[in-house]
Amino acid sequence: MKKPNLHAVTCKLAPVIAAALFACLLQTGCGKSGTGDTAGGGASKQVTIQNKGSDTMVNLAQAWAEEYKKVAPEADVEVSGGGSGVGIAALVKGTIDIANASRNMKPEEIQTAKKNTGKEPKEFIVGYDALAIYVHKDNPLTEITLDQIAQIYMEGGAITKWSDLGVKIPGTTSDEIVRVSRQSSSGTYEFLREHVLNKQDFKLGSRDMNGSKEVVELVASARTAIGYSGMGYATPGVKMLKVMKKAGDTAYEPSVANTLSKTYPIARSLLVYTLGEPQGAVKKYIDWMLSDAGQKTVEATGYIPLPTDARTKP
Amino acid sequence: MSVSLTPKPLEQSLAVRKAVRPVWAVLGERGLEVLIYLCGISAIVFVLGIFFFVAKEAFPILSNKNFRLSQFLFSDQWYPTSEVNKRYGVLAMIAGTFSVTALAMLIAVPFGLGAAIYISEFCGSKVKETLKIVIELLAAIPSVVWGFIGLTVMSRLIVKYTGTPVGVNILNGGIILALMSVPIIVSIGEDALKAVPDSFREAGLALGATRWQLVWRVLLPAAKTGLLAAVLLGVARAVGETMAVLMATGHAVHIPHGVLDSVRTLTANIAAELGEAPAGSPHYQVLFLTGVLLFAITFAVNLTADFIVRGIRRK
Amino acid sequence: MFSETPLVRRKQRQEALAKWLFCGMAASMIIPLILIIGYLVERAWPSLNLSFLIDVPVRGMKEGGVWPALVGTVYLVCLSLAVSAPIGVLAAVYLNEYARDNWFNRIINLAVINLAGVPSIVHALFGLGAFVYAARFGYSIISASLTLAIMTCPVIIASTREALASVPRSFREACWNVGATRWQTIRAVVLPNSISGILTGVILQVSRAAGETAPIMFTGAVFFKAVQKGDLFPYGLHEQCMTLSMHLYTLSTQVPDVKESIPFATAVVLLSSVLLVNATAIGLRVYLRSRKKW
Repeated sequence: MKKPNLHAVTCKLAPVIAAALFACLLQTGCGKSGTGDTAGGGASKQVTIQNKGSDTMVNLAQAWAEEYKKVAPEADVEVSGGGSGVGIAALVKGTIDIANASRNMKPEEIQTAKKNTGKEPKEFIVGYDALAIYVHKDNPLTEITLDQIAQIYMEGGAITKWSDLGVKIPGTTSDEIVRVSRQSSSGTYEFLREHVLNKQDFKLGSRDMNGSKEVVELVASARTAIGYSGMGYATPGVKMLKVMKKAGDTAYEPSVANTLSKTYPIARSLLVYTLGEPQGAVKKYIDWMLSDAGQKTVEATGYIPLPTDARTKP
Repeated sequence: MSVSLTPKPLEQSLAVRKAVRPVWAVLGERGLEVLIYLCGISAIVFVLGIFFFVAKEAFPILSNKNFRLSQFLFSDQWYPTSEVNKRYGVLAMIAGTFSVTALAMLIAVPFGLGAAIYISEFCGSKVKETLKIVIELLAAIPSVVWGFIGLTVMSRLIVKYTGTPVGVNILNGGIILALMSVPIIVSIGEDALKAVPDSFREAGLALGATRWQLVWRVLLPAAKTGLLAAVLLGVARAVGETMAVLMATGHAVHIPHGVLDSVRTLTANIAAELGEAPAGSPHYQVLFLTGVLLFAITFAVNLTADFIVRGIRRK
Repeated sequence: MFSETPLVRRKQRQEALAKWLFCGMAASMIIPLILIIGYLVERAWPSLNLSFLIDVPVRGMKEGGVWPALVGTVYLVCLSLAVSAPIGVLAAVYLNEYARDNWFNRIINLAVINLAGVPSIVHALFGLGAFVYAARFGYSIISASLTLAIMTCPVIIASTREALASVPRSFREACWNVGATRWQTIRAVVLPNSISGILTGVILQVSRAAGETAPIMFTGAVFFKAVQKGDLFPYGLHEQCMTLSMHLYTLSTQVPDVKESIPFATAVVLLSSVLLVNATAIGLRVYLRSRKKW
């Protein structure tokens, strides 16, 4: 049987081409990989820094990675979200370099880190975030107390309708409060539970969104909704309520000034963790984050930068 | 391939001629056949591997003192990260999966079977080719794009036409899943209808039946096991779907009261929480246990469908 | 002489009604699809141009293009198909040519069908447990591609089996009659004659591998990675990558204030590349089917 020449030729060439492509790929693969520390300054060698963690901070981390590339092109920062829990878990296993967290590491997590890698995690405060309570922009409510927030969200809480707060929502007959929340192991969720709900559990039946932005988007599209998320995620479709500690206190809105002066009651630190003291490229990156340039990005993304005396000097 | 016959007079002409091939060709072929055999059993290896790895991560939770299997399966309280009272009940998620799948099948089965009947019995061959190609392209749309459509297009439509405050709910997820399962139901249903012997149709025509009467009284009863298999495979697809329901169903952990309620399915629960559960923690293990549950459900459904389909092919 | 009785007319009406009813059902699946795609394209229009494909995302991913995601998707698809296609084809060869009909091979059949039906999130859990942790590949392109390979393998096995089964038995018998061994038959006659079906099966899995998000979300895809514009080999095999599917997911759920047309444009890019690949496969199949001489 005489096969057409094309068939024979392709059969012979295909493995050669495939092998060549594969060799090419391996070459770039081996050439580019290398995590974390470099000895001294090796500016020509590409370094990959793996950064994982809080969904609240993921946009900030991405903005940092983008800006830092302009400053230090030899560093490749890989950013992923997933939540404070996953960042810390990966750090504790030793698989990433920097973990972002919007909550503190728990003592058990620190123990596991010491057991797995022998190093103790080091914490850096890189900024602050005010947890804003969002409602639809047409909602007549303007302020709320911590206790009212707790009663709305807590298991067994008493407030379920907008009329319980003395409010009627224009443009709809529905009175039920649509609660928007975060998924159960988000740092944001845990922060609200610890500081506002006093460790009580949330009421079931809230819409537990996956990302800080989804919370705000849902509130913006639903008139009877209330939600909580980072201050930096505000859009024109929602408004942030002023919060007071107890009924009768002054209500403060979430802003840079109120957070730094600690008058806004629900504010938290944004943290990054490394295993032990950071070295080499990771240290340079964290120093950059804490410097004026990095903090400018913090402010541009909608968070609260460190006061000037807490920053590193370039 | 060199087949050289060494013709030797008399002694060999009566005996069986041995074809002499070079040693490397024989060994090479044996080696290749071993490789083929290994690839052949790879499917078993993968399935067992999946079950093993997922069960291995899930296993420790069964001996945890906080965890009771009855609570896992029958309680709707899902508080895996509680500081005061950890509860691991996935009943609300099971209800979520069930309700979204049921609604999806309610929409997909009539339309899918109707389309299958149309393609197989009523339309001309050019239209048939086009329709089959369109259905194949429909099947190729990635699930994240479906989820995106549900999140943006469908939710706006639902809010506009039903006046509900939130557009991501069972209705949204059900419609999207229906559109995703229809191609499977159509293609396998069409196979089942094609498998009905032509003699049935000819007998019906000889008695003066119209095509509609043929379909309703002869073909559907004859193909009913195949159509059942098609529906079951559609169900398996809907139960296992992750991204589309993650984006389109609204993530509320409660047992739904109506079709406009938000729910969370088993698959979306794992996808949403796996990232944040610290590796090795009870929460992580419960999520893997949910994975085992999902694997078991789809295994059972696929097994049933396969028995039915092979029964038809044998005929 | 043969005029229609009322009974016959009624039956004809029923028939026409049924035909239009079923036609309507078929159309009602297709028309919403066309409308939805039209809406997507219309919303995406402001951002759809060549530079969208080549630019990198800038300004916090609120503007710019999808280049790193596009390249990442291509990497993952090529690597996963490079692993799953050979294994799938050889497995199908075993099942169709070598296996006898005993209980062991029935179990293999069962395993293939069940592997095809495993939910994508369970694949993700497996990839996490097996490749990221147990095999110590960590979060990387390798883990993600291997997970995708296991996901696409069963469908390649099924479609290759069909292609192999469509080669008439008489071809094989002719080869055996001239003394060829089983592998010689397969290599010289069966495979070349079924290559069209095999190719289309493999190409159709490209769309599956490109579109799945859950398996790669936990094994190798990231939110963001800074990459040079137009760089053809930006990722090493041990690094993570951005992909179109993950990018679409994060744009719609995580990034605030993004210009509305950008996620729509990402969806359109993903959808159109998937549909293009599938249409090529279908066209190839039709062309090769028409050239078959039996």
